[in-house]
Amino acid sequence: MELFRIKKDIPFMRHALVFNIISLVTFLLAVFFLATRGLHLSVEFTGGTLVEVQYEQTADLEKVRAALGKAGYSDFAVQNFGSSRDVLIRMPLKNSEGQAAAEQGTARQGEQVMAALEAEAPGAQLRRVEFVGPQVGKELAENGAMALMLVIVGIMVYLAFRFEWRFSVSAIIANLHDVIIILGFFAFFQWEFSLSVLAAVLAVLGYSVNESVVVFDRVRETFKKVRGMNTPQVLDHAITSTISRTVITHGSTQIMVLSMLLFGGETLHYFSMALTIGICFGIYSSVLVASPLVMWLGVSREQFVKPPKAKDPNVTEDGACV
Amino acid sequence: MNRYPLWKYITVAVALLIGFVYTLPNFFGEAPAVQVSSNRATLKVDAGVLPRVEAILQEAQVAPDGIFVESNGIKVRLKDTDTQLKAKDALEKAFNPDPANADYVVALNLLTASPKWLTDMGALPMYLGLDLRGGVHFLLQVDMPGAQQKRLDSIGADLRTLLRDKNLRHAGINRDGERILINFRDGQTRDQARIVIDKDLAELNLVEQGSGDNLRLVATLKPESLVKLREYAIKQNINTLHNRINELGVAEPVIAQQGADRIVVQLPGVQDTAKAKDILGRTATLEIRMVDETPGALEGALAGQVPFGTELYNERGGAPVLVKKQVVLTGERLTDAQAGFDSQNNEPAVHLTLDSAGARIFRDVTRDNVGKRMAILLIEKGKGEVVTAPVIRTEIGGGRVQISGRMTTSEANDTALLLRAGSLAAPMEIIEERTIGPSLGAESIKRGFDSTLWGFVAIAVFMIIYYQVFGMVSVVALASNLLLLVALLSLLQATLTLPGIAAIALTLGMAIDANVLINERVREELRNGMPPQAAITAGYERAFDTILDSNITTLIAGLALLIFGSGPVRGFAVVHCLGILTSIFSAVVISRSLVNLIYGRQKKLTKVSIGQVWKPEADTTK
Repeated sequence: MELFRIKKDIPFMRHALVFNIISLVTFLLAVFFLATRGLHLSVEFTGGTLVEVQYEQTADLEKVRAALGKAGYSDFAVQNFGSSRDVLIRMPLKNSEGQAAAEQGTARQGEQVMAALEAEAPGAQLRRVEFVGPQVGKELAENGAMALMLVIVGIMVYLAFRFEWRFSVSAIIANLHDVIIILGFFAFFQWEFSLSVLAAVLAVLGYSVNESVVVFDRVRETFKKVRGMNTPQVLDHAITSTISRTVITHGSTQIMVLSMLLFGGETLHYFSMALTIGICFGIYSSVLVASPLVMWLGVSREQFVKPPKAKDPNVTEDGACV
Repeated sequence: MNRYPLWKYITVAVALLIGFVYTLPNFFGEAPAVQVSSNRATLKVDAGVLPRVEAILQEAQVAPDGIFVESNGIKVRLKDTDTQLKAKDALEKAFNPDPANADYVVALNLLTASPKWLTDMGALPMYLGLDLRGGVHFLLQVDMPGAQQKRLDSIGADLRTLLRDKNLRHAGINRDGERILINFRDGQTRDQARIVIDKDLAELNLVEQGSGDNLRLVATLKPESLVKLREYAIKQNINTLHNRINELGVAEPVIAQQGADRIVVQLPGVQDTAKAKDILGRTATLEIRMVDETPGALEGALAGQVPFGTELYNERGGAPVLVKKQVVLTGERLTDAQAGFDSQNNEPAVHLTLDSAGARIFRDVTRDNVGKRMAILLIEKGKGEVVTAPVIRTEIGGGRVQISGRMTTSEANDTALLLRAGSLAAPMEIIEERTIGPSLGAESIKRGFDSTLWGFVAIAVFMIIYYQVFGMVSVVALASNLLLLVALLSLLQATLTLPGIAAIALTLGMAIDANVLINERVREELRNGMPPQAAITAGYERAFDTILDSNITTLIAGLALLIFGSGPVRGFAVVHCLGILTSIFSAVVISRSLVNLIYGRQKKLTKVSIGQVWKPEADTTK
C-alpha cells in the first residue's frame, strides 16, 4: 500500500502567498478572540477552590446551586464534569474585603461545601478538592511564560546552529503562530486553560518544529545534491518528498491523541484537545508557512555549497551549517 | 552487509532483558499490608521487634504473607483487606495499649505483590502520584517576615536588658518593620552602647543616625544571620510537622522543603482533610511550671482529690506528676534547645537557651527553689504532657540552662526536639491543597491505561498494514520503547501522575515518527532503484540526522517544562524527556538490529517487505 503517489513535485510555492494569508487571517482572528474574550484560566492560575463530587444518580445541579447559595456563597460555578453524575464546583478566592479569616477560610472551603451539600442535596461523595492560594497562581503563570521563552530561545539557537538563521527564524514564526492559534481556540470556545493544557501547548511546539526540521533537512540536502533547480523548486521538491512521512507521522500521533480524547476522560479532555489543534495547525504552518518564509528571507544554494565563499555577506563561515 | 557485530546484539538483548525485569513488578500489583513504625525518636522498630510482631500475629491467628524489616519500620504483607484489618487491630492493641499515648504508628499500607527475588533486586513498581492513588497534598508557606519580626522583638527585649545591665541610658528601643531603632540623648552613651552591642549581639548590623540630642542606632539583622534564621525556621517547622503527622498514622508521608520558604506535605491514602489540617495547623505551647511536692498531695490527686491550684499530668515515660497551675515561663522565651553533653561528667544533656527576659525570671525562680523540681510541659490541643521534670540543683543565671542526668543520648535528642517543637518557629499558611478520592485515582489509572492501549493498538495495526515486515519491526521497536520507559520510571521511582500517563501515550505517538522516517527513506531509496541491502543501510543512515534533530527540538521543550514546571506539568515533563531518550534508542538501535536479523544475512536479497513501493515510471507512459 502506498498512499501518496505523487508524480511531480507539487508547486506549493506558487501558492505561498495564499497559504500565508490564510494563516495570517487565522492568526489575527485568534489574537482578536484572545483580546476580546480572554482565556478561561483554571483555578491553578487564578487561585480559588475547586470541588468535584459524585452522586449515585443524576445530579440535580439546581439543588446543588441552591445548597451553596443557602450556605452563603455567591460567586460560584456549578457544572457537570464528564458525566451527569459528576459535579464540579468552582469558587474564586475570597478577596480581602471578604471574611476576616480569609486564609484559613479559603483552605477550608472544601469541607464547608461538603457540609452544605450534605444538608441540602445529600448523597454527594467527595472526589477531589483543589485549593490554590493567590501567590501560587501568579507564580505558575510566570513560570509558564518563562518555560515558553526558554523553548523559543532554545529551539532558535539550536536551529541556527544546525542550519542557518533564516531557518530558525521562519520555524519559530511558523510555530509560535500555532501557539497563538491554539490559545485562540481556547479563548473562542472558553475552554478551560489549565496547567496540563500549557504542557500540551509546549510539547506541541517542540513537536511541530520537528516538521520544519524534516523539511529543512531535505532542503539542505537538495541544494547540495541537485543542481539546476531554483529556490522555489527546491522547496517544492523537499516538501513533496517528505509529505507522505509528514501525514503518516502526524496521523499516528493523532491516533494516540484521539485515543486519549476518547478514553482519557474529562481530565485529559482539554489536554488532548490542545494537542489535536496543535498537530493539525502544526502540519500546515511548519510546512506551508515556514517554507515560504525561508524563501522570502532569501535562502539560496550559495549558503549551503561551501567553496564560493563571501558571495553573500549574510553568510557566516561557521562550519555548523554544512 | 547489514550485520551488527555480536556486541550490539548483546547490548540490545541485555537492555531489553533489564527493561523486562524492571517492568515486571508493575504486573504483580499491590497487596494489602500493615506497617509498624516508631512514633518516638527513642524507639527503634528494627529486627529486634520482629519476634514480637510474629507472636502477636500468631496469637491473632493471622497468617502473614511476608514480613519485611525496612529502615522505616516493619511491614507485614497480607492476603486480603479483611486479614489486613484484623492484623492492624491486633498490632494496634498490642503495641499501643494506651491509644492516647501512642508509642508506635500502626498504619495500613500497600506493598508490592511481586516475588521476593524481584524486590531484592530493587525492582519496584512505579511510584504513583497522589492523583492516582488518592490522598491529600498540602503546600505550606512559612511566614518568614513573621519569623523575622518575632526574632527582632526578642532581640529588642535583649537590648533593653543589656543596656540596663551596663548602666547605659537609652531613650527608647522600638522595632520599625525590619529594623530596631535605639534612641540616645548623647553621643558618648551611643558609642559605648555600640561597643557593648557589637560584642554581645554579633548578629546585628549597626548604623548611626541623627544629630544633636536626637541620636540613634539602627540595628538590622546581618544577611548571614538572616539566612540562618530562615533555614532554622524551615527546619524546625519540618521537624514539628513530622512529629504531628506521625500521629495521623500515615504509612508513607512526604514532608519536604520546596523553594526557600515552602513545605510540601503529601499524605497518601488520607481522606480526612479536616483532621489532617487540624493537626498540621495545631499550635503547641511550651510551659515551665513548678511541681507540687507537698507530701501526700500526689497520692491524694491520684485518688481523685486534686489539690486546688494544681493539675495532674503524666510524665513522658509514665510517672504521674502534680504540677502547679501557675506558669513560670512560656515557650516564647525559649530561643533554642539542643542535645549535647554535660561539660563536667560527659553525661548526655539538653541545653536550653532563654532570651534575656526569660533568663532573668529563670534566675529568680531557680534561686528561690533550689532542690525542688520544675516541670516542662508541652501542651497541644489542650492536652498537656510533662516532657521532663528535673530537680533544680543551683541558681541558674545567664539564660543557659542544662537538663541532665539519667538520660541516654537519644532521649536527650528526643527531648530537645520536643522542646523545639513546642512552638513553630514561624507561622505557616496553607497555600495549595489537593484532595483526591481513591475511586478517582483508580479511574484515572484505568483511563490512562485504556488510552495508551487503544492508541497503541491502532498505530500497530496501521503500521503493519502499511509497512508489513518493516511495520512489524517498528511496532516491536515501539513496544520495547514502552517497556524501557516503564522500566526506567520504575527504576528511578519517579512519581507517575495522570499527566505522566498522558506523556507516555504522547511519547509513543511521537516516537513512531522516527520509524516512519526510516521506512519512508528506505522506500524512497528502493524507488530510486537501489538494491534492497543498500537501501536499508542508506535509509537508516540518512534518516538518523533528521531523527536526532527532531528529537532534540522536542527535548528542548521537555526540558523547559522540567525546569519551570511544577505539579502536574513536572510529572508530564519527566516522562516526556525520558520517553524521548528511550525512543531514540529503540527506534534506531533496536529496530535496526531486528531488520539486520531478518534481512542482513541474505546475500542475494531481491525484495524486502515494506509494503508496495510505487514507482512513478511504472505508471506513466513514457
